Amino acid sequence: MAKKAFNPDIDAPEYKGKYSPYDIIKEGTIAVVVVALLTVVLAVLFSSPDEKAVTIKSWSNATPMDFAATAMTELDGSSGTATYGPPYNNAATGQQVGPLTLAKWMGINVNVNTANDFVVAPLSTLADQPALTSALTTFASASSSRRANWEANYSKGLSSGSFSNGVLQVAAANAGPLPEMLGALTAMARSGALDQALVTQKGFYTTDYTKPLLFMADGSFLANKAQVQHLSGDQWGMMNETGSYPGQAWLWLYTMWYQVPPFSTSWGANADALVWAFMMLLTLLLALTPWIPGLRSIPRKVKVYRLIWREHYKNM
Amino acid sequence: MTTEIDRQWTTRLRKRVVETLPPDKLLPDTQPAYVASWIYVFGVTTLAALAIVILTGCVLAMKGPLWWHLSGTGHFVNSLHLWSVEIFFFAMVIHLWGKFFMAAWRGGRQLTWITGVVLFLTSVGAGFTGYVSQTNYDSQWISTQAKDGINATGGGAFFNVLNLGQMLMWHIVLLPLAAVALTAVHVIYVRIKGVVPPFEEGK
Amino acid sequence: MGLTELFGAVFNLDHVGRYIHWGFIQLSVSNAIVIGLMIAIFIAALFLPFPGRRSRREGK
Ligand code: HEM
Repeated sequence: MAKKAFNPDIDAPEYKGKYSPYDIIKEGTIAVVVVALLTVVLAVLFSSPDEKAVTIKSWSNATPMDFAATAMTELDGSSGTATYGPPYNNAATGQQVGPLTLAKWMGINVNVNTANDFVVAPLSTLADQPALTSALTTFASASSSRRANWEANYSKGLSSGSFSNGVLQVAAANAGPLPEMLGALTAMARSGALDQALVTQKGFYTTDYTKPLLFMADGSFLANKAQVQHLSGDQWGMMNETGSYPGQAWLWLYTMWYQVPPFSTSWGANADALVWAFMMLLTLLLALTPWIPGLRSIPRKVKVYRLIWREHYKNM
Repeated sequence: MTTEIDRQWTTRLRKRVVETLPPDKLLPDTQPAYVASWIYVFGVTTLAALAIVILTGCVLAMKGPLWWHLSGTGHFVNSLHLWSVEIFFFAMVIHLWGKFFMAAWRGGRQLTWITGVVLFLTSVGAGFTGYVSQTNYDSQWISTQAKDGINATGGGAFFNVLNLGQMLMWHIVLLPLAAVALTAVHVIYVRIKGVVPPFEEGK
Repeated sequence: MGLTELFGAVFNLDHVGRYIHWGFIQLSVSNAIVIGLMIAIFIAALFLPFPGRRSRREGK
């Protein structure tokens, strides 16, 4: 079998030179001690961020009208989550890479029905409120066109409504049971009971915060806070951290694509899917560098290695 | 003549292991003279930082996910965890640059390179699941933002970033296991193959 | 809690950070410092002489 020609970018020359003493265990020990000390010093100097979690309680107390308006969009199916598509519901196709509807193919595995899960079901847990109980019965037995009519009327009133004396003040004629329902939900939210009702729908124990997080993300309280802290997607927010701590700086390339055309412009509707696809391609290039002609020759051509091995070349 | 003992699985495995990785390769006492640059310290530094990350993470694990919000000691351990992670990524990235400029995949070392790249991805995943497991405002914001990226790939059907229990399990069980296993392969392969020799000059 | 006082941050970073805007690039000053340090240390590692294993002429 003929020996393949030596390719300097794939093959390594055989080393016949000198060896020096090397204490690998000592080296490892020193590294651990130095890193441990440096960690302690940095932790003492800078501590770490911990900004309290937002709750639906804190949101609805700080901005009750934003909460009520968001709850309304959950009920009438116009919120971000309600119109999301997979994996939450089939209201949309979800993002696609060209003709590939990846999200749709993978299916709806995290079922969320915003009208029921965020509004009706939590309200039904409130006992001993006859007015609310009958409002819920009226809502349940109404036709969908009837509901849509109430929802449109109430939404209109809500946009010019206000919150005072602990209750929603909304002038909306012909809104059926909605004033009672949204009023009760707002009160429930402000008491903290809604936070709990949203996580306990599957039982006592919970480790899943999908529903309250989606609900809050549909409002503007969470996002306004993020904007101030430079955490929004269009502020390269993925790299950033609350306060002035360093963040996930290693996400710079990923977050960068969102800021540049065509991802930020004509591809905007599918930006997430396309940025991901592109990043996977780049990662594949990095992983396969040893096999990619041209790419694998860069180190030999830029000659940074001469600095690294300068002692070796000096002694040749 | 092969005896029954020679044919035993155990014997064969032991021979194979000792052949590919004899003790003086696993724990060498000398090193080629060309290994003389500060660039070489970033691999060990990454390894040491990984050890500290795991150690501080274990201390956090002992008291559960909410401890660090409620106790000064807990917060300090969290700070140790965060800063060791910063050092870990810092060292890993310099290590990556260094290995790239040495073309350290040469001479049949492609597996070392590939496991390195996969380690980088695993680490980004481990960092990310850590950020969304913080149980504070930062984790709320990051998870509600990141869901769109992951959902867009279809991954959201299996990997729900809004599910704290799931993210915490990935962060403290699955990804650390993967990172440690990959690191073992990565480093042992370096020991088997030896450190990549310099390019030949003047040819 | 004694430890809290002992280990409280020397530099308080719990305030909204400063950001660098450079064309389409937005970067927090803290991240910029981290990235800058990384590049600086990489370059230093290339140029600084490595102690101990200086041109050892005698063989093993
Ligand atoms: C958890 C992360 C990592 C750890 C703990 C780690 C650790 C190490 C250690 C201890 C060595 C041997 C000493 C040295 O040459 O520095 C090494 C070698 C190496 N690493 Fe990593 N590494 C990691 C990530 C990476 C990454 C991200 C890459 C590149 C994509 C990479 C590529 C390499 C290569 C190619 C070698 C072989 C060097 C040679 O033969 O000269 N490693 N690594």
